[in-house]
Amino acid sequence: MSDKAFVLGCSAIGAGLAMIAGIGPGIGEGYAVGKTIESIARQPEAQGDCTRTMFIGVAMAESTGIYSFVVALILMFANPFIKRLG
Amino acid sequence: MDDIGAGPKVVFEIGSIVITETVVMGWLIVAVVTLLCLWLTRGLKKVPDSKRQVVAEMFVKFVNDMVKKNMGEKLMGYSPYIGALLISAVLGALISMVGLRSMTADINVTAAWALLTFVLITFHKIKANGFVGYLKSFAQPVAFILPLNLISELATPASMAFRLFGNVAGGMVITGLLYGALGTASEALHLHFAFGQWAFSALQVGIPAVLSIYFDLFSGCIQAYIFSMLTMVNVGAAAEE
Repeated sequence: MSDKAFVLGCSAIGAGLAMIAGIGPGIGEGYAVGKTIESIARQPEAQGDCTRTMFIGVAMAESTGIYSFVVALILMFANPFIKRLG
Repeated sequence: MDDIGAGPKVVFEIGSIVITETVVMGWLIVAVVTLLCLWLTRGLKKVPDSKRQVVAEMFVKFVNDMVKKNMGEKLMGYSPYIGALLISAVLGALISMVGLRSMTADINVTAAWALLTFVLITFHKIKANGFVGYLKSFAQPVAFILPLNLISELATPASMAFRLFGNVAGGMVITGLLYGALGTASEALHLHFAFGQWAFSALQVGIPAVLSIYFDLFSGCIQAYIFSMLTMVNVGAAAEE
């Protein structure tokens, strides 16, 4: 196996492993949305405020998932390790 | 396959300045927004009798209310900036629906916008606390927490830039990968038809459009809203301190 093939294969596995981080935001966002629905059901007149705050919170929770996604993208399409092979 | 994760193409070069697709899309969006503004604000009346004035008033009122609620009456001057940010982010993502490359699928665009937010945050922090107070605020509550404060200060614009870029570029990559996979699948199922020069795969019709509605329309609008919302919340919080 050539060096390049090894690095490319490992990078593909790394990209897949990086996306495991998607679990976290998934759980977090589901919890946040569930709690928002609970509070809207309890106080329907606060729907606007609840939804707005939820969107910001969900965006925050999503950050970690997006970071891992950017790492996966870099590994797949702009691999820094291939250049190191020289 | 090779062009799925590729960056924006270079359209032309002026000397050493490289003009990429993103810049051209930016010009296009500026032109569209300018024409839209001219068209929507033509012949304004006190009591609107045209639909387009109602639409213009709805958008302006939406942005004004949002700014008032999140930044307070004192910072209402930011409402044109937020409105411009919102409309360019929405159009920058939606432009991919007509087959062009999204403007916000380029980290340079989102990083520039996030840098603007960072400058505004720093400006308002210095204005509120004075320059010495601003520097001191990094060593609060105890001195050894300084590196953590510095990192969290820089993490705000970085996370904003990566969030918008990651969502739009991710949608583009996933749509591209699915399109390629559907092509392979329809060839395996003998659903690939070729008539001389012209060929199409049966599975590639319709299915990517559903994904495009989610990634381009829904996700693009939500992320644009979140980007401007985070700008408002961060700048508003900096001004209050």
